[in-house]
Amino acid sequence: MPKDHGIGASVKRREDVRFLMGLGNYTDDMAIAGQAHAVFVRSQVAHGRINKIDTADAAAMPGVLAVLTGEDFKDVGGNPTGWLINSRDGTPMREPKRPALAHGKVRHVGDAYAVVIAETYAQAKEAAEAIVADIEELPAIVDMAAAVADPSNRVHEEIPDNLCYDWGWIEDNRAAVDEAIKNAPHVTTLELVNNRLVPNAMEPRASIGEYFPGTGDYKLTTTSQNPHLTRLLIAAFVLGIPENKLTVVAPDVGGGFGSKIYHYGEEAVVLTAAKKLGRAVRWTAERSESFLSDAHGRDHVTRIELACEKDGTFIAFRTETMANVGAYLSNFATVTPTFLHGTLMAGPYKVPNVYVNVKTVFTNTAPVDAYRGAGRPEATYSLERVIDKMCRELGLDPFEVRRKNFITTDMFPYTTPVGLAYDTGDYHATLDKAMAMADVAGFEARRAASAAKGKLRGMGLSTWIEACGIAPSHLVGILGSRVGLYDAATVRVNATGNISVMTGAHSHGQGHETVFAQIVADKLGVPEASVEIVHGDTSKIPFGMGSYGSRSLAVCGSAVTRAIDKIVAKGKKIAAHMLEAAEEDIAFENGSFTVAGTDKAKTFGEIAFSAYVPHNYPLETLEPGLEETAFYDPANFTYPAGAYICEVEVDADTGKVDVVAFHCADDFGNIMNPMVVEGQVHGGVGQGIGQALCENTVYDENGQLLSGSYMDYAMPRADDVPFYNVDYSCQTPCTHNPLGAKGCGEAGAIGSPPAVVNAVIDALQRGGHSHVTHIDMPVSPARVWAAIQG
Amino acid sequence: MTKVTMTVNGRAVSGEVEGRTLLSAFLREGLGLTGTHVGCDTSQCGACVVHVDGQPVKSCTVFASDVEGASVTTIEGMANPDGTLGRVQQAFQDHHGLQCGFCTPGMVMSAAALLAENPKPTEADVRHYLEGNICRCTGYHNIVKAVLAASGQDVSGLAAE
Repeated sequence: MPKDHGIGASVKRREDVRFLMGLGNYTDDMAIAGQAHAVFVRSQVAHGRINKIDTADAAAMPGVLAVLTGEDFKDVGGNPTGWLINSRDGTPMREPKRPALAHGKVRHVGDAYAVVIAETYAQAKEAAEAIVADIEELPAIVDMAAAVADPSNRVHEEIPDNLCYDWGWIEDNRAAVDEAIKNAPHVTTLELVNNRLVPNAMEPRASIGEYFPGTGDYKLTTTSQNPHLTRLLIAAFVLGIPENKLTVVAPDVGGGFGSKIYHYGEEAVVLTAAKKLGRAVRWTAERSESFLSDAHGRDHVTRIELACEKDGTFIAFRTETMANVGAYLSNFATVTPTFLHGTLMAGPYKVPNVYVNVKTVFTNTAPVDAYRGAGRPEATYSLERVIDKMCRELGLDPFEVRRKNFITTDMFPYTTPVGLAYDTGDYHATLDKAMAMADVAGFEARRAASAAKGKLRGMGLSTWIEACGIAPSHLVGILGSRVGLYDAATVRVNATGNISVMTGAHSHGQGHETVFAQIVADKLGVPEASVEIVHGDTSKIPFGMGSYGSRSLAVCGSAVTRAIDKIVAKGKKIAAHMLEAAEEDIAFENGSFTVAGTDKAKTFGEIAFSAYVPHNYPLETLEPGLEETAFYDPANFTYPAGAYICEVEVDADTGKVDVVAFHCADDFGNIMNPMVVEGQVHGGVGQGIGQALCENTVYDENGQLLSGSYMDYAMPRADDVPFYNVDYSCQTPCTHNPLGAKGCGEAGAIGSPPAVVNAVIDALQRGGHSHVTHIDMPVSPARVWAAIQG
Repeated sequence: MTKVTMTVNGRAVSGEVEGRTLLSAFLREGLGLTGTHVGCDTSQCGACVVHVDGQPVKSCTVFASDVEGASVTTIEGMANPDGTLGRVQQAFQDHHGLQCGFCTPGMVMSAAALLAENPKPTEADVRHYLEGNICRCTGYHNIVKAVLAASGQDVSGLAAE
């Protein structure tokens, strides 16, 4: 009988009820008395000099309350970057100012340079049309190689080669890697593109600014994965509001996938306008604005070399990547292609020599930052594709080559040549599991059945690893992070015994309200229904670094656990007093404090009541109340890993690829709620199949976004994907956090794209199209058909 | 401004709207029924699906004045009379057919429309019918499973092929 409550149970999500009833509370759902509406005016050219913005006609239109331009924000701070990267020569990255509204120049289509605030949305929209901007169009910088090669054309005047940095990891490895590749018996080289994606959370970004003149307080309600960071950035860097005069609320948020980690200029603008007008000012993006101005993801152009023995034993990996950062540095744009990518370039393999070079380039396109997986999908795709290519070149079995090169269980902790220390894992176990799930032995029969239908069938493998819960703070500080990467939680036991838990992690689909309650209830022996999870409001929560990088459970869940430990420790002191026993003789189990060897006991509720009505209480040595906060700074990343096997059918006449089977064997360490974990994997794999087969973000040579709507940007739909076969029974718990949890949010998006593409290449190779060794994502019908034609 | 009158979730309502006021805006801003979501403004994502006289309609591309006199059902009208989750809603919770919840109202309304037309759909029927509803969280697995379960079919052990 599976568990029906507590840690490890597939408890149904409590948040679902309000979402299914239409009672969710998303930013755009909130109506505030006296609210005014903001509409942003965005550049229609990719690159241009702003000569003049004439707002007079717009300002005179009905209902218009204010028109602001970049000029109004030129004296406040820019939106900063959270991570300093140094180039190989030791020089710091180039870090241009990112203003709330463009000033002087517009740098990408969709770059906002003005805003109209009016009584109604329609009035603001009409007035926005009446703004006359004299913008002198400049040549657009779109292609990364051209951007670096032509110093005369600059996204930012002060950056002559459009290069943010030229990063090497680890620079000390470089000579040895070069030498190993030069002397290797075999070298496989692959040039590939990791396609640019638009995250496309289904809820568009939205923000409401409020100002309360009586107290001088500001309030921002916004679609954020990370409300405390947004508060910090606005307060300390952009608007200079004292942090304690700004509340940031991220209510129900309709998905993020990275795109809502960051502070965006619109947030500073609605706050500024709210103060200026003395009214709430609201803005909600139209979907076309989301395409043009949300931070995009991926966009790497990579050359990877794999050196090996003739038997497939790895000798060295060398990667040269150009990463597109867009027109401005989004908050974590600089760390995503570097430390979240280069440090994963050893994969789960015992390869002695690894070197990664990343050149990050400014272009006249939307900013690019972390999107589900963030750097790790890029690393995994490069590695798993080049390994597959090497196996074909040498006629080796891709399953056996992985086995031969896996780090084995007796080698942990294992430090890779690119600086990570993997704590646990069992990569053979997940591969064995995946192969059993996929019935690899039965593939030939399935291939024959597909062939009988006129379809080419292929099987693709990816054995992936990632680093989650980025930490610890002292290490990331050395590496350039400008923030700490702990998280925080407060557990407040109320006088009546029910519990409020304030978490720095924010839930925008992950199910924290249910899963964190399972953990608290399990550890305190109280009913889950008596535990309330509070998130997304800086006025209620001590602090937090938000949800991204699969960190919520491993980092914030650990903070919750530590706070519970403190509650139990204090409860024992209270119980010892009430039960007239020594503190060390008090045990706590199943919600009851007992004296060892006796039948004397106090329930958790009795202890809570005593803490707030301390009539019989050790007041001389213990404060009343029962509320504890913990900040948890992990000792290391966590390292989930797994093996994914994809089967596709390819229609050689049309190039259409159908994913007909997808098997995931993952090691996420300990599992809190299997139902939620499966859902996270499903979603990640769905996005990964989207990247592999459908999605692409295309700018033309003038910097116009050609894929700026759901008619042009192919989101995966229900009939583009199959049911997925998911397993998480291989569990090597994390050794350094109290839950033994590793994180599962990004795995699917990391592991799946190479499995799909490897399967397509396998289908074509087996189908007699042996000249096809690579097709860039998205592996669309047109690309597959063209590849077949040669 | 013109007056529009309709029945929403069984209740007679009326309001003053501009000719250009969309049904989604009338529901959300005029009636405060914010369960109907707008995810794309262009009739592609399906978050705004409601039923008009029993038919699924993307409310972001219908003028409020065009449904004068009609009977509209929104996600707020899908619960059982006793306030518990309706059949499709309950299947979505039971099978984890939602994560962030934003596409969910449109998914539930489309799924309910499908089951009204086709009480025992196949997996392929469900996937095809839901093509006009985009979800970014679930990879559709548990949505399809929930809809099949809501139709009374056994969904244990579902996997590809």
